[in-house]
Amino acid sequence: MKFILRIWRQKNNTVKGKFVEYHLDNVPKEASFLEMLDILNEQLVMKGEDPVTFDHDCREGICGACGLYINGHPHGKFKNTTTCQLHMRKFADGATITVEPWRSAAFPIIKDLMVDRSSLDKLIQAGGYVSVRTGGVPDANAIPVNKHCADLSMDAASCIGCGACVATCKNGSAMLFVSAKVSQLALLPQGQVEARDRVQKMVARMDELGFGNCSNTFACEAECPKGISVTNIARMNRQFFAAKIAEPLKK
Amino acid sequence: MGNCKGLSSITKKLIMAITGGCLVFFLLFHGSMNIVAIISQEGYRWICEFLGANWYAIVGTIGLAAMVAIHFIYAFILSFQNYKARGNQRYAVVERQEGVSWASKNMLVIGLIVIIGLGLHLYNFWAKMQLVELQGEASADGIGLIINVFGNSCYSVMYLVWLAFLWFHLSHGIASVMQSIGWNSHVWKHRIEWLGKFFAIVIVAMFASVVLYYWLIY
Repeated sequence: MKFILRIWRQKNNTVKGKFVEYHLDNVPKEASFLEMLDILNEQLVMKGEDPVTFDHDCREGICGACGLYINGHPHGKFKNTTTCQLHMRKFADGATITVEPWRSAAFPIIKDLMVDRSSLDKLIQAGGYVSVRTGGVPDANAIPVNKHCADLSMDAASCIGCGACVATCKNGSAMLFVSAKVSQLALLPQGQVEARDRVQKMVARMDELGFGNCSNTFACEAECPKGISVTNIARMNRQFFAAKIAEPLKK
Repeated sequence: MGNCKGLSSITKKLIMAITGGCLVFFLLFHGSMNIVAIISQEGYRWICEFLGANWYAIVGTIGLAAMVAIHFIYAFILSFQNYKARGNQRYAVVERQEGVSWASKNMLVIGLIVIIGLGLHLYNFWAKMQLVELQGEASADGIGLIINVFGNSCYSVMYLVWLAFLWFHLSHGIASVMQSIGWNSHVWKHRIEWLGKFFAIVIVAMFASVVLYYWLIY
């Protein structure tokens, strides 16, 4: 297959970037999008040019490392698909493909298509964990969990933290990511003990890090490669208000 | 950045939701009064007299003005913060996102058009009814004003265009209120979206029916 690639090239966050066009031939239709970029990079290295920098790791859709804005969509236009799961056979032969990095003030560009997503790690550090000692692996069903809650928690836990929600949001909001992390713990007995503190700390950190405010466009849900639901945001809002109301009572 | 005046981003959303929700209730109230103008002109005159510049109508007007002002100011604060959060560089390719409404992405612009229309509406009606009564003069006849304004084709078309933009604003706004206050779930998500659109249609239909009725009759 043949492709015309328009790829964003930028040395670092302090200099201006620009699109550079590459013509790529003989791309196997079985190749994934990242493998296609590998082929491009091999050719660039052979020519003595700087290869395109992009993030990747597991290449099986579970680590959240890959994340490219492809033809106007994070991870491409196909639903529930990460960049590494996107295959070149999904594109028309000879198509022009525009590849951009995530664009958000909270995700400064490191180089080319690679952005600094450590702000998402800082959000987890603010409260996206259970701090009590959990001991060894408990027996199955030692702690009864409602099936409905277990399913919702598992759905929220499938967030891979790729940042597509922030990248696609016109406000650069991280509400879907934070709400998924809040929900996955708040729905389980082990996470409920710290639920009120967690939601307040994570929301405060989200605001500090410069993410935007949610305006309920639901673009995040539409583009999330793991199909995380915006109902998690509603749950987080409820939890946040409950925590704020309960705060004076605690004192 | 998100800590404007010490309020969290979720609290600011709540303020937008509460003020917006109150304005939706007011529109329902106002629209149901307007419908009376079609059913009975005498009945409408009685409503105008009942409200007039009485203390409860003045308290309601001040409350509404405060709601509009807060909603308007916070819309600008949030939009400015969101613009900064988006970063300096925009995407070169922007495609439509499936399931994302045009209205939800353009609420500020649509809201500004609604505000401009509101200014025109206040000039045409409120200034000639409650305001003049507060200044100690006699209020104009409500039905007479309706006939005068909607009998003019230019005004009627302007009102219908304004109401179309109001529909867009409400079609996203009502469901957004429910999401912001946390009243949403897997079961209710689509129901709330449709209920929001349904109420938007009901509200706009109540206002538009009066415009069309008096435009076509007079």
